Amino acid sequence: MRAHSQSFPQRAQVALLDERLQAALAKARGGFVDKRRAALDQLPEFEQLRVAAREIKEHTLSHLEQYLMQFEQQVELSGGEVHWAADPAEACEIAVGLCRDADAQAVTKGKTMVGEEIGLNEALEAAALRVIETDLGEYIIQLAEEPPSHIIAPAVHKSRGEIAELFQAHHHGEEFTRPLETVPDIVDEARKVLRNEFLGADVGITGANMLIADTGSTALVTNEGNGDLTASLPRVHIVIASIEKVVPTLEDATVLLRLLARSATGQSITSYTSFFTGPKRSEDIGGPEQFHVVLVDNGRSEMLGNAYREMLHCIRCGACLNHCPVYGAVGGHAYGWVYPGPMGSVLTPLMIGLDEGHVLADASSLCGRCEAVCPMSIPLPRLLREHRLQSHRDGLMKPLARSMLGFWAAIARRPQLYRWLVERKSRLLHRIAGKRGYLRHVPMAGSWTCSRDLPAPQGGSFVAAWQRRHGGKDDSQ
Amino acid sequence: MRVALFATCLVDFMRPSVGFAAVQLLQQAGCEVDVPLAQTCCGQPAWNNGDAANARKLARQMIDVFEGYDHVIVPSGSCAGMLRHHYPTVLAEDSDYSERANQLAARCHELTGFLVDVLGVTSTGAVFDGRLTWHDSCSCLREMQVSRQPRQLLQALQGCELIELPDNEVCCGFGGTFCVKFPEISTRMVNDKVDTIVTTGASTVAAADLGCLMNIAGRISRRELPIRVFHVAELLAGMTDTPAIGEKS
Repeated sequence: MRAHSQSFPQRAQVALLDERLQAALAKARGGFVDKRRAALDQLPEFEQLRVAAREIKEHTLSHLEQYLMQFEQQVELSGGEVHWAADPAEACEIAVGLCRDADAQAVTKGKTMVGEEIGLNEALEAAALRVIETDLGEYIIQLAEEPPSHIIAPAVHKSRGEIAELFQAHHHGEEFTRPLETVPDIVDEARKVLRNEFLGADVGITGANMLIADTGSTALVTNEGNGDLTASLPRVHIVIASIEKVVPTLEDATVLLRLLARSATGQSITSYTSFFTGPKRSEDIGGPEQFHVVLVDNGRSEMLGNAYREMLHCIRCGACLNHCPVYGAVGGHAYGWVYPGPMGSVLTPLMIGLDEGHVLADASSLCGRCEAVCPMSIPLPRLLREHRLQSHRDGLMKPLARSMLGFWAAIARRPQLYRWLVERKSRLLHRIAGKRGYLRHVPMAGSWTCSRDLPAPQGGSFVAAWQRRHGGKDDSQ
Repeated sequence: MRVALFATCLVDFMRPSVGFAAVQLLQQAGCEVDVPLAQTCCGQPAWNNGDAANARKLARQMIDVFEGYDHVIVPSGSCAGMLRHHYPTVLAEDSDYSERANQLAARCHELTGFLVDVLGVTSTGAVFDGRLTWHDSCSCLREMQVSRQPRQLLQALQGCELIELPDNEVCCGFGGTFCVKFPEISTRMVNDKVDTIVTTGASTVAAADLGCLMNIAGRISRRELPIRVFHVAELLAGMTDTPAIGEKS
């Protein structure tokens, strides 16, 4: 997928004026936040789980190679195959190759953000395969030809009315038995259309929330059951997963699972939590004939050894998006690539390059709520600041902003000059404001005064006033 | 106990009354207060914009100025957070200053946190007649763990009715240079915050960070709402006879 992150400021402005989007965002925001809070109120051991989860991740990352090898071994023992992809191109090539080998024409797909990251749909379609997304949200945005706007609720930006319009436009020839007025109507309609796709698919592609080294299983959480149908009905099941998803044991997986659904949707557990281990065995009634796991690196092994290592702890719950005031104001599409919100603003510059993505790291007030709600306690504000430090080193900051900061610092390093300037400037602004107490227009401060008055200074520097009252040794030369 | 007040650049420039209120509160609680004249800016704008070199220079200057005191008190969660939580990182690789940064960090406090947690103040004895709501700045709430302390002191004000602000964990949209880099997003955030303040029916809103207060007061003023905006130190010191932030004199 082509990245448009550089145009975040413009896309954000458009999003702020989009009334339908704003209504959808407001609705989603309240729901996610309240449900998570209610779920955590029922979980007094949340903080202990957080610590335990962090230890599991840190331990696994410290032995990543070992656990990935073990996972591969176990997958092979269960009759499956593991494929290693260094980058998106390689991952897509492997997936397309597997589909070709299986003589596939139709592919059902669901629940893979890594699939979005590597541009899998485009690659499959370029190979003349018919791809159907089976997660309701993903299906909706596939029809709309849009990227996901949220990592767990990809169509959160769409209203019920928009979805009904989309279905009516695309489901020609399908029998509409009733108008699509309620959510159950919409779900029924999608279910009816998707059922045939599930039955007709040659290959099913899913993502994975976790990979279990000990058993060679891939774990997938869904609320619609589409993951199970995608994985078990077609002849071939391909799992696309990034390498940091591995955990040592099923027990470790349960710790992460207890945090995941609560942080994501406020559920104590998702409706379906599925573990897929190998292809159909002789005694199984159903299941795929082939089971493949494509392990994608795409910069992650580099992150292991740099300042962004903790980003590999992320379990993709979306809590940081749901609690981010910037995401809540502009939605996911403004971020211009696959991963939005705070986790996206850390990941995107690492994956598409800092020169393309650095503006995302700037688009945060560093309020810290993301870190506070993150079940893995990832220091997202610190990682955003890390990007800013690198951007500054790379000279990516706008020259005017850079020189203004430098100018400010140069004055702040000369206390006497600084105090003199503060004294003069504050008195000047105070005088201009007069009795009104605020300024409505200030030259060069349009970014502030476009929507806010500038409260007038009381006039004069505090430190200078203190010096006049108390004397004091002037050690500021 | 000899403490230094780091007024912060915003208080120094915008609102000296906050500095004098802080001094009064500290003296009243028995501290000997000094205001080092060589104080300027803590360097947070540089640090948050990725300018590590200037952040280091300013952090070293601050350490030189403030390290001789028992405690350094800051009427701002954000600047206190810079000293306490970021200086050790900013100067981690500076062999002359890294240990001194750690020591200064351990002695740096936000004003209300210091009054309650270190000095054991339960009431400042001031009077405030009215309905008041409290805005938790992000840095006070999450970085400095200061939320209970200002509420405790405000509740002790004679005549004060303290009303909780819903969604108190949500940022007001100031965020230092964020508010001018992304003015439309910041505007949305502060407008939402002001809407929430209006729902409380409070006639005054207070916070411990002048950045948030300028942002909130600026929006309130633009919307011409009859809500007064004060720094917590001014309320606790009984200095509400001065014009509020952005209010006509």
